[in-house]
Amino acid sequence: MRTIFDICSPGRIGVSLPGLDVPAHEGLPENLNREGDGGAGLPRASEGQVMRHFINLGSMNYHLDKGMYPLGSCTMKYNPKLHENLARMEGLAGIHPLCPDSHVQGTLELMHHLGELLCEITGFQGVSLQPAAGAQGEFCGIMLIKSYHESRNEPHRNEVLMPDSAHGTNPATSTLADCVVVGVESNEQGLVDPEDLRRKAGPNTAAFMLTNPNTLGLFESHIGELTSIVHEAGGLNYMDGANMNALLGIARPGDMGFDVCHLNLHKTFSTPHGGGGPGSGPVACNGKLADFLPEPVVVREEDGSFSLKRSRDSFGRLLAFHGHIGVLYRAYAYIMSLGAEGLREVSEAALINANYLKARLSGHFDNPFDHGPCMHEFVLSGDRQAKLGVKTLDIAKRLLDYGIHAPTVYFPLIVHEALMIEPTETEGLEELDRFVEAMISIAKEAEEKPHLVTDAPVNTPVLRLDEVKAVKDLCLVEPAAEEGDPE
Amino acid sequence: MSRFIPDSRTNREDMLRVIGAESFQDLLKPVPEKYRMSRPLDLPGPLSEMELVRAFRELAGRNLGAGMVCFAGGGAYDHFIPAALDHILLRSEFYTAYTPYQAEVSQGTLQAIFEYQTMIARLTGMEMANASMYDGGSAAAEACMMAMRVTGRNKVLVAGSLNPRWLGVIRTYIRRKDLQLDEVPFGSDGTLDLKVVEDLAGDDTAAVLVQYPNYFGLVEDLEPLAETVHRHKGLLIAAADPVALPLLRSPGGAGADIVVGEGQSMGIPLSYGGPYVGFMASTVKLARKMPGRIIGRTEDRAGQTGYVMTLQTREQHIRREKATSNICSNQALMALANTVYLSLMGEEGFREVSSQCYHRSHYLEEGLMEIPGVSRMFGDTPFFREFVLSFPVPAEELRGRMLDEGILAGVLLPELGEGAMLITATEKINRSQLDDYVRLSSGICRGGVS
Repeated sequence: MRTIFDICSPGRIGVSLPGLDVPAHEGLPENLNREGDGGAGLPRASEGQVMRHFINLGSMNYHLDKGMYPLGSCTMKYNPKLHENLARMEGLAGIHPLCPDSHVQGTLELMHHLGELLCEITGFQGVSLQPAAGAQGEFCGIMLIKSYHESRNEPHRNEVLMPDSAHGTNPATSTLADCVVVGVESNEQGLVDPEDLRRKAGPNTAAFMLTNPNTLGLFESHIGELTSIVHEAGGLNYMDGANMNALLGIARPGDMGFDVCHLNLHKTFSTPHGGGGPGSGPVACNGKLADFLPEPVVVREEDGSFSLKRSRDSFGRLLAFHGHIGVLYRAYAYIMSLGAEGLREVSEAALINANYLKARLSGHFDNPFDHGPCMHEFVLSGDRQAKLGVKTLDIAKRLLDYGIHAPTVYFPLIVHEALMIEPTETEGLEELDRFVEAMISIAKEAEEKPHLVTDAPVNTPVLRLDEVKAVKDLCLVEPAAEEGDPE
Repeated sequence: MSRFIPDSRTNREDMLRVIGAESFQDLLKPVPEKYRMSRPLDLPGPLSEMELVRAFRELAGRNLGAGMVCFAGGGAYDHFIPAALDHILLRSEFYTAYTPYQAEVSQGTLQAIFEYQTMIARLTGMEMANASMYDGGSAAAEACMMAMRVTGRNKVLVAGSLNPRWLGVIRTYIRRKDLQLDEVPFGSDGTLDLKVVEDLAGDDTAAVLVQYPNYFGLVEDLEPLAETVHRHKGLLIAAADPVALPLLRSPGGAGADIVVGEGQSMGIPLSYGGPYVGFMASTVKLARKMPGRIIGRTEDRAGQTGYVMTLQTREQHIRREKATSNICSNQALMALANTVYLSLMGEEGFREVSSQCYHRSHYLEEGLMEIPGVSRMFGDTPFFREFVLSFPVPAEELRGRMLDEGILAGVLLPELGEGAMLITATEKINRSQLDDYVRLSSGICRGGVS
């Protein structure tokens, strides 16, 4: 499709601004102004042309209001429409972040209350709403743990233990936090091997990072033993809360020996994914770590008012301001609309939907870790199809032809040709069956007409794209118009 | 039963039968009894749509500062947002879409980000930009670490005139034993003292980071800074206010190697601090060291133009502990807001916004300077759209009294003195509001009632 720069013509504009009603001040000195650099090269189009351009772009997108996203560990659930309106209310969206506390009591109360709700949901005592996304929540959590060790005169603790099935952000976060990653092996059941953890936990252990349910969709059933091993070695336990959608009202990280976890509000709490963000990754922790939470923290004063407090031992701040407040509004609305019973219903339905898909698909694909019920997701292997020359990537692309988004593929790394499937609770039986039928049909195609799968997709706005060329002939911006071209 | 969950009751029994479970409890077998909650969560609700609206109205009503005439900046600005923009952001095709890993069904998101990268690169005068960072502060922190990777050096010099909240973020990110952050004090004119930079910069300096305009609104001269740091083979990182860029010398043109900034001003509501969006631009030479997602143009099997996420081997999902950053979710929808905003504003509109911020702020500053006892904190140093004045009354008192008049007067700067305040005026503020500010603050400074 043409770019916005292709529909530009001199004189076009998409806004009307009031005229300048104050005297013009003299211009900037020559060494500071842009005149020598030419214009900024921005588009020139009318409002209608801009609308049409972006609507046409949007028509090339798959999205949740069109169909399901069976994306494991991503929890792509329905985004309630009312919450978009609420977050846009003038009284909530029109407030400057440096507005004095006295004039932002509504938002501060909401933040304080949301913090309490997240503590109840996770079984923790302290919370920071500041982290921008899950990965920044992880960074926050590891920094809390480091601060704790430093306060106990153990700054040398710099090893972060994690299973080989961990999300990529876990090791990347550990590096960012100046720690060393130590891998822990999984056993045949797909769970962390306690013996290997025991071997690796020791005097340099800062933290053990674990996703529970893990990235195979399995609950780490000996979780108490794992967290005890780490505590006995003097380390702390971090839960990656990406899979919290399985546990609402069912089990709490704070009750399993974890010391801190992050939550992905853009997963579990239904805030929109926005094509890649914004997320929000609040961190909840127990009393050992609460003093180190990053500033600012909302507190309730004795007179019932709310204020932002800088905490004494905080390790610093993660964002310029207080966090993704607009995302917090939506997550708060979600929790309030569901209540305790509704949240439990979320996880129950998520588990049933995942187990239903697993039951219906297991005969058609390999399922290397099928030792009983899964939680909210499960991981199939495309090994059987790969032997026929049809890779998991091909299966993913063929699903697009069936009008369904692909599952998460090639993750976790411990499963060959992995297809990681998470339907979420907001998909109905009809949609689940449509997905099952597409998958079975593709499995059959792989046996009978494999080229249909390996040539896929063919029903999409573009065909399979050349990623090698994208790297080799880097084109990251629209080239500037040639000289002599009409600007 | 929740309106978001279609099958928690209706088809449950049938589904359990297919699964081979007698009841839901069978699915909980892997969760040992002792870790299962024995009571329901203690939460309020559930609220119906109508009740929820009422609750939110009540909360919003207690945000007395919302919708005030806003002269506060300090990293977040009250700009006009064209109505068409939200109509795009509310399209399900964009806001309910996932990260564009499946490029064939994500061309809308991918091309929009490619256009975003182009606009950011052009505004900053750089060759490329990434797909967004969390905010300006975290973009600045990531730029410092990027400069360390590029140069293999471990020291960054940060201008003391940088937004203190950004400095706080950088300190958090660089809280590592092998990295060093040195602050360069600003001179009496409020800008970076080139001589001090020359003294501090050496062959161990990865980068100098300077804000443009700086936290006090003053326009730093980037070119001599670039020359100094380049002499030592280090990098110049400019943290730029995008609204200033249509008028100011482009950082790229002045020699910056990495340009970061906060995109909130371009179509994103104040929303008490977020979600905003950070941008990061650089030369193509440095692209492989950059954090975050980058979109590239390529072709499909039939030779049609298309877009993909590229240079992914830098990223956490591939490179894990060796990744250039841990960032995964970014600010895609906010970057889209920037893209639509800049498309609507266009070359002339954005320049007009920039120019009006400049003229309105100067008009206000001159008006305030006529109040006896008000003085400039940094003399005649050129400023762009934000300025620091010292008032003869405590700034906190002034701000408090102005709040009673429905005006958020500015940002306190206690580090510069009790009377110091940082003030800005955007295109949203008209002449009578500017005159009101002068009249009311004049009354307060003279000790009278307004």
